[in-house]
Amino acid sequence: MTNITLVEAVNQALAYEMAHDENVVVFGEDIARNGGVFRTTVGLVEKFGPRRVLDTPLAESMIGGIAIGMSAQGLKPVAEFQFMGFIYPAIDHILNQASRMRNRTRGRLSCPIVFRAPYGGGIHAPEHHSESTESIFAHIPGLRVVIPSSPARAYGLLLAAIRNPDPVVFLEPKRIYRWVKQEVLDDGNALPLDKCFVLREGSHITLITWGAMIKETLEAAEELSKKGIHAEIIDVATLKPIDYDTILQSVEKTGRCVIIHEAARHCGVGAEIAATIAEQGIFFLRAPIKRVTGYDTVMPYYKMEKCYLPSTHKITTTAQQLMEYA
Amino acid sequence: MPTHESPSIRLKTIAGFSIQYLQFMDHHGNLTQAIPNDITPETLLKLYRAMTLTRLFDTKAINLQRTGQMGTYPSCHGQEAIGAAIGLMMRKEDVFYPYYRDHATFLLRGTPMSDILTYWGGDERGSAFESQPDNQDFPICVPIADQCLHAAGGAFAFQYRNQKRVAVTTIGEGGTSQGDFYEAINLAGAWQLPVVFVVNNNQWAISTPIHAQTACKAIAQKAIAAGFEGIQVDGNDVIAMIHSMKYALDKAREGKGPTLIEAITYRICDHTTADDAKRYIPPKEFDAAFAFEPLKRLRAYLEKELGWDDTQEQAMLKELNDELQAIVKQFLERPKAAITDMFDYLYETLPEQFISQREELTAWNNIND
Repeated sequence: MTNITLVEAVNQALAYEMAHDENVVVFGEDIARNGGVFRTTVGLVEKFGPRRVLDTPLAESMIGGIAIGMSAQGLKPVAEFQFMGFIYPAIDHILNQASRMRNRTRGRLSCPIVFRAPYGGGIHAPEHHSESTESIFAHIPGLRVVIPSSPARAYGLLLAAIRNPDPVVFLEPKRIYRWVKQEVLDDGNALPLDKCFVLREGSHITLITWGAMIKETLEAAEELSKKGIHAEIIDVATLKPIDYDTILQSVEKTGRCVIIHEAARHCGVGAEIAATIAEQGIFFLRAPIKRVTGYDTVMPYYKMEKCYLPSTHKITTTAQQLMEYA
Repeated sequence: MPTHESPSIRLKTIAGFSIQYLQFMDHHGNLTQAIPNDITPETLLKLYRAMTLTRLFDTKAINLQRTGQMGTYPSCHGQEAIGAAIGLMMRKEDVFYPYYRDHATFLLRGTPMSDILTYWGGDERGSAFESQPDNQDFPICVPIADQCLHAAGGAFAFQYRNQKRVAVTTIGEGGTSQGDFYEAINLAGAWQLPVVFVVNNNQWAISTPIHAQTACKAIAQKAIAAGFEGIQVDGNDVIAMIHSMKYALDKAREGKGPTLIEAITYRICDHTTADDAKRYIPPKEFDAAFAFEPLKRLRAYLEKELGWDDTQEQAMLKELNDELQAIVKQFLERPKAAITDMFDYLYETLPEQFISQREELTAWNNIND
């Protein structure tokens, strides 16, 4: 067992599943010879050949559309979009077709597809390369939206996504692609979808987040613990459907929560979580629900992206403010 | 690039192309050339029967809509030869990726026509083909041109598994302006996929005429840009249609790549029952189109060549009307679907997070009943 990064964990999961299921095909732009712009698919074409690891022509709607035809024939397509900012031409296929095929044919045809894309800011990327628009997908009935936040969860959740009989939008937090290395056993064990992960237990306040914001949230919890505030951290992981049982249990225990995401605030997934806590857990609360999020403005180009992204300090300060309520 | 102003500039031609047009039978049902040997009288009679039933089916469907028994419906009046040829020539194991004017194809592929009425009657079970659980054909595709990419994906699966199967997709001429159409033909060419694109060029995309849609001389030439063959066919000549379908299907099955068939026809009906073509089609042009519609000329041919007569015609019409009545009865008498169906087919297993909404739906609808 070796320590690997999140990028390597994605690669390891793809390789494992390709080796064990010949219906799995991986395709996208520059993913074969080049191994993907982030190197998530490096070595796959050498191992599995150009029939299963395909460089497509440069057309994103096509990448989404052919996945539907392939999956309805029993293949398990894993379609890569080079950046989330380029997935939008394929939304027609994801929303109008993949997410509804089972429903509209009353179970006759289905679309077990994984739509992969790196998302989020913080890597000094060109314009249109840094958005976090997961809530667009989380709004679509029939889809699953999954975001890993560590190498181990990237491995386990990607395996689960490929084996899932319905379409999954799998968004990879590129800011933490190489942040930490972790021991990940290449044993083919999937992690459960539709479940939150409690990353740190605490009794004073619940910090709810996902993806790359795990980094600042963990740092904030460290800071808070120095001040005697014990934060519980929930990694939402599957953003649709959301495991509210875990979230509500935690809020019942702590009575306080901060929801942290780098996506813009309005109609962000945080709003949905806050609404459900208010509907089902309002009497658990000792303080208002707070959100620390990106702003309702365009994700700035990289010179200002740090000012846009929620900081550790902002999370810590917000949590401390909530502790002031009795 | 004009060179007459700078005669010193020399250009050399590196590629050229031409588009071929196929017709066997003119507007009056006279042969313009000898028909291929494999086209038998039985084949033509089968097509005539299917095309006539399609015409009757469309007329009935429009009546069902007008009398409030069915929702918006797109008729394929005047375009029956295209759908019939596709349906007859495809093999069972091939997969069809339709758009929404393909009733004749469904009919000849054995899809229960009551399902098509169920679909346009606002009920998802119309795409379930419950009596044919192994049917892999795609449901009717309303978002324009999506189906072209689904066909390319299906064709990839056949190629990947070395299956001798072909994906066939249909689209209107207006649909060929969509990016998805270009992306699909481009991929089909690049990957030499076993797929046939059939363009129903009925001259109108709702109210937009072909000349406002494209500067191309022929839609078929779009295939040239994708690196494969495009042919233009008289889409109201069912003999030309089946011949070109056979050619394209055989070619794809042999691993020789995709073909685009542009079928020239005319939409002698409204776009759908929600449309009024009188608002934009000049009446003279519309009326003139009836002169070259496909059923009339096939009947003329059958009368001349096979001695088809009025007694046979009346006997066939009686049979078809009985068949149609049974189809409509099946549609109208279908029991209502369970309201919980809207949740029960959303995912393979409904995530527990949505079970309470399923219960909420049931509870509120019981109260309202």
